[in-house]
Amino acid sequence: MTTSPPLFDYTLRLGDSCLILAQRLAEWTGHAPVLEEDIALGNLGLDLLGQARSFLTYAGEIEGKGRSEDDLAFLRDAFDFRNVSLVEQPNGDFGQTIARHLLFAGWHELVLERLTQSKDATLAAVAEKGVKEIAYHWRHAAEWTIRLGDGTEESHARMQAGLNQVWGYTPELFRMDETDAAMLSAGIGVDLAGLQPTWDARINAVLAEATLDRPTNITRSNGKQGVHSEHLGHVLTELQYLQRAYPGMQW
Amino acid sequence: MVTAILHRLDEARIWRVLAEVGDPELPFLSVVDLGIVRSISLDDGVVTITPTYSGCPATEVIGLAIANKLAEAGLDLKVETKLSPAWTTDWITEKGRETLRANGIAPPPAASSDKHALFAEPPVMACPLCGSPDTEQVSAFGATACKAMHRCQSCSEPFEAFKCL
Repeated sequence: MTTSPPLFDYTLRLGDSCLILAQRLAEWTGHAPVLEEDIALGNLGLDLLGQARSFLTYAGEIEGKGRSEDDLAFLRDAFDFRNVSLVEQPNGDFGQTIARHLLFAGWHELVLERLTQSKDATLAAVAEKGVKEIAYHWRHAAEWTIRLGDGTEESHARMQAGLNQVWGYTPELFRMDETDAAMLSAGIGVDLAGLQPTWDARINAVLAEATLDRPTNITRSNGKQGVHSEHLGHVLTELQYLQRAYPGMQW
Repeated sequence: MVTAILHRLDEARIWRVLAEVGDPELPFLSVVDLGIVRSISLDDGVVTITPTYSGCPATEVIGLAIANKLAEAGLDLKVETKLSPAWTTDWITEKGRETLRANGIAPPPAASSDKHALFAEPPVMACPLCGSPDTEQVSAFGATACKAMHRCQSCSEPFEAFKCL
């Protein structure tokens, strides 16, 4: 399926996952349950947007066709995006957004931690910067999961429902395909399958504390190879609106 | 020998010029005291800076402000951004910490606060207004990426605190 060089693809996966989740989190601006959360979700999105910019700028350099971070963000179609499917899932209620963030941040932090050891100096530098930020994401999502899961009957039910809704997209996070394998053997990429036990342990600990059940449902998803749910198209219509309607428009 | 001395003089002058550039979000704090100017290389004609957070929107503005200030001072130097080693709040100078406190923002504690510990007590932030250690964190996220929101139990004032990174 992938014909482009593995490093370009690999860097797009990292950048696109950050970009699409940043856009999802930005949707909460002005709508979060309390002011502090409005600000918090915006901040989480901003961190991811910053990481996305670094990754996508680098992807453009690897490709060598003169595409900038903006070209890659605003002028590609859904099938050219390489984000994991988890991040394009709708926000749902606050519980579902927190569940998605728990599963993602718990994984992304491990990925960035390992990526700091990458033989690719640029990826290692972006990861070194990002891993310090994502530690706050994990903590924030985990604390909310526990507070809501072990909260009232209503908050517990909604947290569990949100978790069930997004859980099926997690196997994709650990599945190694050709690109992942090529990058791992080059000393550049991360052993995703190898992260699973650590991720399981930290997620299980939070779910236990939150009195939530670990779901077992599995969804076939393959966003990182460009096969997306219909949701991504809707995300892109908002994200790309200005550049699509007014090509080349600048602030 | 003479060249070496001239270089030292030039470099000291450049640091002085950079000390006049403030962070756009914290205009009272210079980019030098914030610890984001990492090096000056006269041989390469480059000033290297590093962002506080990956997504800090001030980074580009700061780069431009530094370039403008250098040009004003007649110094022909390029400004380059480097991500590694990653910025840490430990690089904020003692003077910078005092400046933050004087402007109502609690300076960050020394690195060590364990961000991984769930429900861990956040480090004690003394109220920058009345000095009381009896404060609580309202939210780990604030008006800019680098700050958290706190409240003083003694004087009841809300205040911002620099997050440990």
